Amino acid sequence: MQKFFRRNLAGYAFLSPWLIGFFLLAIGPILASLYLSFTKYNVVRPPQWIGLDNYAYMVQFDQRFWKALQVTFQFVVISVPLKLIFALGVAMALDKGIRAIGWYRALFYLPSILGGSIAVAILWRQLFNYDGVINSILRLFGGDGPYWLADPKFSLWTLIVLAIWQFGSPMLIFLAGLRAIPQELYEAAEIDAAGPVKKFFAITVPLLAPVIFFNLVLQMIEAFKSFSGAFIISGGSGAPLDSLLFFTVYLYNEAFSFLRMGYASALAWVLLLIIAAFTAIAFWTSKYWVHYENERG
Amino acid sequence: MPGQSTAEIAHAYRQEKARRARRLAILKHVFLILTSLVMVYPLLWMLAASLKPDNQIFGDLGLWPSEFHWENYSKGWNALPVSFTTFFWNSTVVTVLSVVGNVVSCSFAAYAFARLEFSGKTIWFALMMMTLMIPYHVVLIPQYILFLNLGWVDSYLPLIVPKFLAGDAFFIFLMIQFFRQLPRELDEAAMIDGCSPFKIYWAIIMPLSLPAMATAAIFSFIWTWEDFLGPLVYLNDMKDYTVPLALRSFISTDGVSQYGPMFAMSILSILPILLFFLVFQRLIIRGIAMSGLK
Repeated sequence: MQKFFRRNLAGYAFLSPWLIGFFLLAIGPILASLYLSFTKYNVVRPPQWIGLDNYAYMVQFDQRFWKALQVTFQFVVISVPLKLIFALGVAMALDKGIRAIGWYRALFYLPSILGGSIAVAILWRQLFNYDGVINSILRLFGGDGPYWLADPKFSLWTLIVLAIWQFGSPMLIFLAGLRAIPQELYEAAEIDAAGPVKKFFAITVPLLAPVIFFNLVLQMIEAFKSFSGAFIISGGSGAPLDSLLFFTVYLYNEAFSFLRMGYASALAWVLLLIIAAFTAIAFWTSKYWVHYENERG
Repeated sequence: MPGQSTAEIAHAYRQEKARRARRLAILKHVFLILTSLVMVYPLLWMLAASLKPDNQIFGDLGLWPSEFHWENYSKGWNALPVSFTTFFWNSTVVTVLSVVGNVVSCSFAAYAFARLEFSGKTIWFALMMMTLMIPYHVVLIPQYILFLNLGWVDSYLPLIVPKFLAGDAFFIFLMIQFFRQLPRELDEAAMIDGCSPFKIYWAIIMPLSLPAMATAAIFSFIWTWEDFLGPLVYLNDMKDYTVPLALRSFISTDGVSQYGPMFAMSILSILPILLFFLVFQRLIIRGIAMSGLK
């Protein structure tokens, strides 16, 4: 008994901060939020068990829930692929034989590191104002820009552009992946007179598939969770006409503006399930297009 | 071709290939320069706007102010009921303590996972990896209720204490990856010399892992400095605001007339991040490639 204790002592001692955090701040809250999602709870009075009512109401009657889902899906489906295409394009241009690569890398990565800041969100609001910079540029080319932030048809695009602007981190991961592709493959393809398009689809894409997959999953999860940009640009409410009602913004408002903590917990669980489902789908389809070097297939 | 030796043909081929490579390189540079201009333009525009008079900001594409309004900075500094001295101080306190907490507690956990043997390790490790995937929004509400009941809302404790409990599994993961590369023989030799696990952590693992520690510290700094949701939820009194919350009050209170000062404060708010980025660029970029952090 004493020996067992001594053998494990050091491990558990070093693990203890994490263990406490895990129970108090992770697993405990996860279970609590699952419980709260079946209750009506406004902080002031104790939670009141209502079974599946939150979920039933959400699905049957809550227009804003569906709107939030739609906005978030639209954002994910449009911004993630565009961002990855940009990231890959720039990474390929940066790949080899380019001088000053360090400078480019830093410049392209800079927006990603500042992307979460409120300063950038505020900047974006001004750039896309009707009298703002974007419309002035459009006017230079003779076009007349829309009211980006007031028109629900266009408002989401401001956030999509903001997301694409931050393509730096998938780009860096693509760069590392491109480096790992053996140069001889391209040389062999050239001898077979393969053009750039052929080389891209026959060598680059298949060999980069694990990295593309990694970036896809990571960016998708990030996109589902994005909050500050939409919160600031929509003035905290998802306006205009809920066109910027990201799922997280809706959740925040339900929880902290209207103190519907039970309902917001149910929303959080739906978000968790959606992210889990999308990740699972990505993993499931990946076996058809992602092949790792050390497996035969 | 008759009359040409194979050597001449090979030479011509090689020259043609070099010419094509050069043309491609120029094309790439043009593309890269144009793209990077688009990337930095908004940031430079913000810098310029912070020095322009208010009536010149909107729709002005130029990056050079016709006259420099440095007083935007002093105006912005005092534009809210509480001065930015307080906000910067608050942000500094929260950020510095968070960085310390993250580095210490995450390196403890990483050391246990990477170097120590104990029963149940695989299960705990799997659970730790699982927390990487849980969106913060799921734990946000119960954590809020917990801190509310502890009487911690309207203080910095909800923002700082979790950092001392290794809440950010990303950093644990990053450090585990690094610790595993260090030779095991070091620990074994030290153990034979009678070093305790803590001594090994402190005298061997820590000093050899400075790049990993620095990477974690830098990311921790940037993310805490930029964090908006945490302070938004936990801080209600303006004198407790961190810089991002203060910036937000700019647009929600009387945003309309004070664009120059607002951009001046925006620039100051990202200045620490910019400086960190300039100094530690290499480490940051290596950290991304190594771990896929955001």
